[in-house]
Amino acid sequence: MISPLQLAAENLVIERGGRVIVSGLSFAVQSGDALILTGANGAGKTTLLRAIAGFLPMAGGALRVEQGDANKLLAEQAHAIGHANAVKSNLTVGENIMFWSRFLIGEAGARERTDAALEAFALADLEDVPSSYLSAGQKRRVGLARLLAAPRPIWLLDEPTVSLDAASTARLAKVVNAHTSTGGIVIAATHLPLGLERTRELRLERAIKNAGDMPRE
Amino acid sequence: MSEFLTLVRRDLTLAVREGGAIGTALGFFLLVVSMMPLGLGPDLKLLSRIAPGILWIAMLLAALLSLGRIFESDHDDGALEAMVSAPLPLELVAAAKAMAHWLTTGIPLALLAPVLGILLNLDVAVYPALVATMLAGTPAVSFLGSIGAALTLRARKGGLLLALVVLPLYIPTLIFGISAVSAVTMSGGLQSGAFESSFLILIAISLASIVIGPIAAAAALRIQMQ
Repeated sequence: MISPLQLAAENLVIERGGRVIVSGLSFAVQSGDALILTGANGAGKTTLLRAIAGFLPMAGGALRVEQGDANKLLAEQAHAIGHANAVKSNLTVGENIMFWSRFLIGEAGARERTDAALEAFALADLEDVPSSYLSAGQKRRVGLARLLAAPRPIWLLDEPTVSLDAASTARLAKVVNAHTSTGGIVIAATHLPLGLERTRELRLERAIKNAGDMPRE
Repeated sequence: MSEFLTLVRRDLTLAVREGGAIGTALGFFLLVVSMMPLGLGPDLKLLSRIAPGILWIAMLLAALLSLGRIFESDHDDGALEAMVSAPLPLELVAAAKAMAHWLTTGIPLALLAPVLGILLNLDVAVYPALVATMLAGTPAVSFLGSIGAALTLRARKGGLLLALVVLPLYIPTLIFGISAVSAVTMSGGLQSGAFESSFLILIAISLASIVIGPIAAAAALRIQMQ
């Protein structure tokens, strides 16, 4: 079980290149919740996820983790899986997953975590295959396997189902459901229904204005 | 610390499997140096006098060619973003990657230098000093180079820009590297005080680069990540 935690956002304002992409957004996600971000292209789903992951500075508002591991930054408690898979084509599938397991958590138990990740995403048969031979969907699964190779309570998924087939999407839904049922938090941006339990939807509206129009604190 | 070594080991594995990157730098070094006698004519005295300078400059240019790959592939495939969230500070991530670059480029170039010295009629007595200065100077090349590699990460066709950013930073290394080797060519021995003082400054520059490089590179990476 993951120790209970809550992610709360108050009046978030996020800018990119002088334009306000997200403004006045507030939400709270508890342990066990899956928050699905929806909205048209350009509504700010990716931007919001990247800001939560700490890649983008906030122009206003606050983002807090409550009750979690107080010694860790939000970024260290969260996995951000974006459009890129972080898969090295010159390493085998097993080496790729093993690297993240070792690098993000440490040597102890890396083998077991890697095996669990290979199992969950049906990659066990491909373990020794160089990643350059994989199809797009297989590479996506290797990228997603990082979620299990290095367990963290908060998962930020940006279009996780891109290039996955129906069976793999179902597998991903199973992994995500297992994560929320043990007290994890998932925030996912997606256009497709994933078949997740315990979901809430947060619809983002396009809020592009010039930064000058916004009242600054 | 084990995360640091994990990253270094991964980068070494990748460099060996890709192969091309190390080979390109060594091949470039070989070609530039072997073209010098063709361009300057068969004056053996002249060649042996300017050999340390040619070897050092060609080595810097060859290393420069390979700097781009320190962060490039990890940035392109999103691995760098995942590394930012690791418990290992980004400064140490940058240090690990610069160190892997030194191990896969700096050391092979330094070891190839005496072989190329033959082409330039370099006195055999100078070889130990040449290899020693290059081994001591190349950490500065990799760690200062990582700053430029981080700064030009998102610049399209950043290769030339990288050269403009990085080459001026190499000037102190070049000056003291050459002056250490020249001290040996002039006086004919490693014992002379002139070699020692230049060599110690060269080591000091490298040590300072090992500290400054990763901090500056990590700051640049944080900006590039937005």
